[in-house]
Amino acid sequence: MTRNDVAARPALRRGSRAGRSPRRAGGSLLPRLVFLGPGLAYLIVLLAIPLALVLSYTIFKRGRFGGVVYEATGENFARLFDPLYLNVVVSSLKIAVLTTVLALLIGYPTAYVIAHLPRKWKTIALVAIVLPFWTNFLIRVYAWIVLLSGPGLVNTALTRLGLVDEPLELLYNQGAIVTGLLYSYLPLMVLPLYAAIERLDPQLREASANLGARPARTFVSITLPLTVPAALTGCVFVFVPSFGNFVIPELLGGGRSIMVGNLIRDQFLKARDWPFGSTLALALIAVLIVLLFLQAWAARRYGGGETRRG
Amino acid sequence: MSRNRRTRCLSAVAAAAGLALALAACGGGSGGANPSATSGAQAAQLDPNADLTKQSLTITIWDGYSPKDLPERVKSKLGFDVKVGIHDTNEMAMAKLTASDGGGVDVAFVSGQYAQALNEAGLLEPLHPELIPNLANLYPEAQQLSYDKGNKFSVPYTWGTTGICYRSDLVKTPPTSWNDILNPPADARKKVTMMTTERWLALPALKYLGYSVNTTDDAQLAKAKELLEKAKPNLLAYDDTTFGERLTKGEAVMVEAWDGWCPTGEENIEFVVPKEGSDLWADTMVIMKNSKNKEAAHAFINFILDPSVHGWVAANILYKVPNKAAMDQVDPKLLEANTPLKMTPADLLQGESLVDLGEASTKYTRLSTEVAAQQ
Repeated sequence: MTRNDVAARPALRRGSRAGRSPRRAGGSLLPRLVFLGPGLAYLIVLLAIPLALVLSYTIFKRGRFGGVVYEATGENFARLFDPLYLNVVVSSLKIAVLTTVLALLIGYPTAYVIAHLPRKWKTIALVAIVLPFWTNFLIRVYAWIVLLSGPGLVNTALTRLGLVDEPLELLYNQGAIVTGLLYSYLPLMVLPLYAAIERLDPQLREASANLGARPARTFVSITLPLTVPAALTGCVFVFVPSFGNFVIPELLGGGRSIMVGNLIRDQFLKARDWPFGSTLALALIAVLIVLLFLQAWAARRYGGGETRRG
Repeated sequence: MSRNRRTRCLSAVAAAAGLALALAACGGGSGGANPSATSGAQAAQLDPNADLTKQSLTITIWDGYSPKDLPERVKSKLGFDVKVGIHDTNEMAMAKLTASDGGGVDVAFVSGQYAQALNEAGLLEPLHPELIPNLANLYPEAQQLSYDKGNKFSVPYTWGTTGICYRSDLVKTPPTSWNDILNPPADARKKVTMMTTERWLALPALKYLGYSVNTTDDAQLAKAKELLEKAKPNLLAYDDTTFGERLTKGEAVMVEAWDGWCPTGEENIEFVVPKEGSDLWADTMVIMKNSKNKEAAHAFINFILDPSVHGWVAANILYKVPNKAAMDQVDPKLLEANTPLKMTPADLLQGESLVDLGEASTKYTRLSTEVAAQQ
């Protein structure tokens, strides 16, 4: 992975310089379009158009059977500020932030250890991190139900060992939701961190040691700052799907608490209120865009030039 | 056998990740009701001697809710092709049927209150009873469903009620009241589930308070909400789909359940309709106004009402069918093992039919969101 990146970097530079050169500037539109075409078509048809449609719904009224009645209204946005929905947004934020922080706390040491393993074990560890993705998401979530439920494996083990008298209530609460989200998205934290830590120039740490810094100092002054951008990337990768998730709150939360994702899904599939569902979706997108800007800003601030490419 | 048609909500949940957006995109311009249509529109002129082999049908139905070989049987008996489309929930069916061309569907299977809404939007063809002689097989009670008295635009396919499904070996005293779910005895605490779909979420509280399941009165709904919020800490979970499994595993001891869905075939699992009463739900067959194959559609419904076809539903999905001839030929052993199947039409009519509430349905949406969001 590292070698590829290192090799890719000069190539990238060459490419961009060539792109700017006057010789290539004219007459190359067609090949560029040919190569860009499929990707652009994909984005336009499957992202831009549906998104534009959804966003346009936000200013109309709901149809009785779903769909929209094309009469302009500001009511959907007013409803966003209803304490009922605000509370759901706030509790989703809490759950997503908690998940992200835990993912960072667990993911960073994991990535650090993997990056320093011998080559062979490194591959095995990375495969092990990615392996769960080969199984269907729903099946993995259901597995947690089997593990955590009242008569489930964890409780049975704890009772047999005599550690608890009564089965613990492990499932159908916010703890179970956070556990499920953490489990599902932890790899998205580990992988970018691993890539960044592994790519660090060992000479920097040697230099730090030569100048008399102890390992802890080296970590705080060298390793940590250089991996902040990757950590931020990981945080965004974990936060975004956690914030909008609705399957895990339903299955592991037992429907006892709802997140923004559930709210949006219900507006479309149960309440037949597409305009308000769209408005909620827009609000979600807005929150995420703000976060992405913050992440980009922080990455620039702490990252410095070279490592930002991660 | 897929008797649990409501499990499909779950796969819907799974699929809905990207679907919510996609749905919004495809259904774009459906614009809800067709503004030019008026309810109870004129019946089309139909030709009882039409050549059915020149027609073909597209139906939409829940997966596993009709015999697998239905298209072949129709083809050999009536001579036309049937294309079977699937919907996961009533809401998905509605999205299809309210699209500009009715989604190309001729015959749709939807719940009673949705049939009512479709009819009010002028999307349904009034039935021509003379083309459905097998209507005579239905119980007289099947004409008294309040969303469509006299079966003017819908024919009931299955019907049933909602009650409490429980483990007779794990509860001290068998439940008799909705209060047993709302305020469970100590030994059942955290071992009770309620449904999450809006109307059924509200039902136990509304019935316990003596209100109508179709109430739109704000004060009554507020009281129901209070009761539901008090019930929440004692619940294991809200569950529309897997409550039967939870009972068999012993994770739950008492659940709010649809009768056909309570696994009464298992030992120690019983079903009771609480003394305060309950609802009467029906899934129906309707013919779309836009259909160009209305003669075939009527012939199809008539074919379904044949005891040999309709009886399949009772025997395989364990839902009661409003068809006397079909119920009469169900194996008595099966009835014995599954007590809900033995409920008589008169018993069922004690329940209150769920009707479409139009704009007031948003009150139920809000109620269920409020209960779910409560910490």
